[in-house]
Amino acid sequence: MTLVLKGVGKDFAARGRVIHALDGIDMSVCPGEFACIVGASGSGKSTLLSLIAGLAAPSRGEISVAGVPVTGPGPERGLVFQTGALYPWRTVERNVAFGLELLPLSKQDRAERVAWYLAEVGLTEHRTALPRQLSGGQRQRVAIARALACEPAVLLLDEPFGALDVQTKEDMQVFVRRVWQDTGTTVLMVTHDVEEALFLGQRVLVLASDPGRVATELRVDLPAERDLEVKRSPRFLALRSEVEDLVRAHHRAQLAT
Amino acid sequence: MSPAAGRPDWPALPRRKQSAGRPRVFALGGELDPRTRWLFRMASVVAPLAVWWLLASFGHVDPKFLPSPGAVWHAGVRMYRDGVLAHDFLASVERVGKGFGIAVAISVPLGVLMGSFRAAQALLEPVVGLLRYLPASAFIPLLIIWLGLGEKSKVTLLVIGVVFFNTLMTADAVRLVPRELLAVSATLGATQREILLKVVVPHALPSMIDAMRVNAAAAWNFVVVAELIAATSGLGYRISRSQRFLQTDRIFAVLVVIALIGLTIDVLLRLLRDRVGRWIG
Repeated sequence: MTLVLKGVGKDFAARGRVIHALDGIDMSVCPGEFACIVGASGSGKSTLLSLIAGLAAPSRGEISVAGVPVTGPGPERGLVFQTGALYPWRTVERNVAFGLELLPLSKQDRAERVAWYLAEVGLTEHRTALPRQLSGGQRQRVAIARALACEPAVLLLDEPFGALDVQTKEDMQVFVRRVWQDTGTTVLMVTHDVEEALFLGQRVLVLASDPGRVATELRVDLPAERDLEVKRSPRFLALRSEVEDLVRAHHRAQLAT
Repeated sequence: MSPAAGRPDWPALPRRKQSAGRPRVFALGGELDPRTRWLFRMASVVAPLAVWWLLASFGHVDPKFLPSPGAVWHAGVRMYRDGVLAHDFLASVERVGKGFGIAVAISVPLGVLMGSFRAAQALLEPVVGLLRYLPASAFIPLLIIWLGLGEKSKVTLLVIGVVFFNTLMTADAVRLVPRELLAVSATLGATQREILLKVVVPHALPSMIDAMRVNAAAAWNFVVVAELIAATSGLGYRISRSQRFLQTDRIFAVLVVIALIGLTIDVLLRLLRDRVGRWIG
């Protein structure tokens, strides 16, 4: 197992009250898998990702990557934010190079790796551009290339396409699928977009709110090779209705309490 | 709560008259074409000069109180030829260089610490925030008692006048670094130290230079104040000396020089800031 979570919970103290953001999360992700977590807003999905990234410590339970317990952030768990969080003063290639600059690599080795990832995300001709000169989709490609260049054991995507328009988003979904297949990276993605989760994921975990916990998990029994056409197939639509109903039901249940 | 049953039959909302098209110069946030902008910029310098010239020429003002622009020019040229101007200029610039340099060397690391670590902020912000409200000029008598009339007291005054403001403004610049940028750097493997040097400082640098610009103007003010009170050289000293002989033309000439140097410092720092902050766009 690449990533294993055992009984993970996270509490926040707010105005003297303890809020259980997450509780009793047991899950694992296999090497090379593409897994998606869906849930309504407030289900704690971003919190879960920041725990895995090591940016916050869980209140309970254990997280381990390749058998090593997570104690803090590190490049073996690359995280991509919705905003991309690029370094605005660094060019595209120097953004991608950031993680590699911290390692004892020769200049040439580093340059070769950066060039490969830039080509992989299709930004070779923009390598000397600054982030502000890029479109939203291009920025996310840089963020993904930057994380991948560090060869993470698992790539964590936190609603990476949430701020993009529908057309760009679909292009990016196809793009991420291709990168995943090319690099064989294990991916764990958080999204509220059920369609996106089903198109990309081999497995979808539905998060229930208050406290955030894994309500259901299902295998996406769609062909391994998928293009955007698959979103119109009857099996896809059936899965989509099923998962959307689940998300909605768990969201309603939370609102009712 | 029952749903509202249809929209009540309110009378139509009163409409305000559309404003007539007005010149774009007066539109909020309106654009200004380059020619008009230059015209306005010229006017900003020329108009006060013209008022000065008119007052001095036709205002029946005693030239001992208000010398004409021409007389000031001549006084300035004379001082330049005598070499006093260069001597005083160098003396003042050296003091600013030392005092401001020391203040920056103290305040930038302190500000970066205050902006980065809550503990440093809690420890330093109250005392720095309090000290900055003590007018630096009020320290002059104390500084003279402690350090004498020499260079030390003047340089120290500059440091006191600049260091607190620059620390707080640097801390503000550092706090504007997005938290996500810090988080993502950690997930890329950067240590705390690397994040500070490779992320926090580069991101905050343009704003830090902006802070220095503001405080360089203050430093330039303080050096003149210090020299007015006790000095044997410097532009402030030249002013107080000219006052003793009622040489208002010389006072004006020195004031013009002070203003021009201040402007030069400002422009240089702005150029530096624009170069360092090219990425802001």
